[in-house]
Amino acid sequence: METGLTAYIIFFAAIFTNNILLTNFLGLCSFLAISREVKPAIGLGMAVTFVLTCTSGINYIVYYYILEPFNLVHFRFIIFIVVIAAFVQLVEMVIERVSPLLYVILGVFLPLITVNCAILGVSLFMIIRNYTFLQSVAYGAGGGLGWTLAIVSMGAIRERLKNAAIPKPLEGPGITLIIAGLMAMAFIGFTGMIQIQ
Amino acid sequence: MAKLTTKSIFINGLWSENPVFRQILGICSALAVTNLMVNTLIMGLSLIFVTSLSNVSVSLLRTITPGRIRMMVQTLIIASYVIVVDILLKAYLPDISEALGPYVGLIITNCIIMGRCEGFARNNPPWPSFLDGLASGSGYAIVLLTVAFFREILGFGTVFGMQIMPDDFVKWTVMVTPAGAFFMLGSVIWLVRSFGPKEKEEKAKA
Repeated sequence: METGLTAYIIFFAAIFTNNILLTNFLGLCSFLAISREVKPAIGLGMAVTFVLTCTSGINYIVYYYILEPFNLVHFRFIIFIVVIAAFVQLVEMVIERVSPLLYVILGVFLPLITVNCAILGVSLFMIIRNYTFLQSVAYGAGGGLGWTLAIVSMGAIRERLKNAAIPKPLEGPGITLIIAGLMAMAFIGFTGMIQIQ
Repeated sequence: MAKLTTKSIFINGLWSENPVFRQILGICSALAVTNLMVNTLIMGLSLIFVTSLSNVSVSLLRTITPGRIRMMVQTLIIASYVIVVDILLKAYLPDISEALGPYVGLIITNCIIMGRCEGFARNNPPWPSFLDGLASGSGYAIVLLTVAFFREILGFGTVFGMQIMPDDFVKWTVMVTPAGAFFMLGSVIWLVRSFGPKEKEEKAKA
C-alpha cells in the first residue's frame, strides 16, 4: 500500500474528484429515473451508500480469500453479482423485521439496487486498482456518498426546472444529461484538491 | 400484435424502440467508452454478442424456468456470456481490454440486455429472439458510435485514430472529459426526439 494514498484520501477523492457518477458514469440509469424530486433521491442515495459500503467489503474478502486461492478469478462477475443480490435480499428482510419505518423509506429502492451498475462497478474498480481492504471500504463509502450528492443535487435542480420553458424534445432525459454535464464540469473544479490515479 | 417479421424486428431495435433514445437504457457504459471509436466499436460488438446469445438462451429455457427465479437465471446467463467476452478480449485484444477496464464486466448490469430478455425473449421462440437481440444490440452500438465519432473528431481531431482535422485545429478538450460525454448524448437525444417517428423508414436504413 502506498503511503500517500490512505483510505482517508480515497474516501474524499471518491466523493469529489473521482465521483463515480460524474467521472465514471456508474449508476446512470437509476440516476435519470429517480432524480425527479429530492425526497426519493435521498432515499435511494442512502440505500446505495449502505449497500455499496458493505458489498465492497464483502466482495473484497470473497475475491482475495476465496476466488484467488482457488484460481477462480474469471468467475468474479458471476460471484460478485450473486453476492450483491443475496446481500440486498438479506438487508431487505432484516430491515422489514427490525425497522418498519426504515423499510418504508428504503424498501422500494432496494430491489432496484441489484441492477445498479454503481455497485458492481465499484467492486470491479477496487480489484483493478489493487486496493487494500480498508481502501476498498473507504472507496465504497465515499463512492456512495458522492453518488448521493450528485443525485440529490440533480433532484433539487429538476424540481426547479418544472417551471422552466424547455423545448419539448429536450425534456426529460435530454436536459438531465446536459445538466449532468454541467455538474461534471463543476466537479472538475475539485480536481486540484486531491488527485488519485 | 403485428406479425414479427425480420424487418419489423430490426426497425424496432434500430429506430422506433432504440434502447438508448426511446427507452434511455444502458447508458452507463454508453458514455464511459465513447472517447475513442475503436473502444466503442469493440464495446458495441461485445454487447451485440451478449444480447443476442443471452436472448437465445433465455428463449430456449423459457418453458422450464420457474417464474419466480427467472431474473436470477437471466442474470446468470448474461454473466456467463460476459465472462466469455472478457476472456476473449484479454486473449486477443489485450490493449483494448485494458482500456475498457471494468466496463466489460458492467455489461452484466446493462439494463438493455435484461430488458430484452424480460420483454421479448421470455415470450418468443429462439430465432426471433436472436434477431431481436441482434437488432437492439446494433441500435445501441450505432448510437454509441455516433457519440464517439463526434467526441473523437472534436476532442482529438481523429477518426479511428487517423488524423482528419487540419493540424491547426484547436482541440475541444471538454469533449475528452466526462462532461463532454453528457453534453453529446444529451444533444443526440434532443436531436433524435425533435424528429418524430415519421422519419423512421429512411433513418432505419441509414
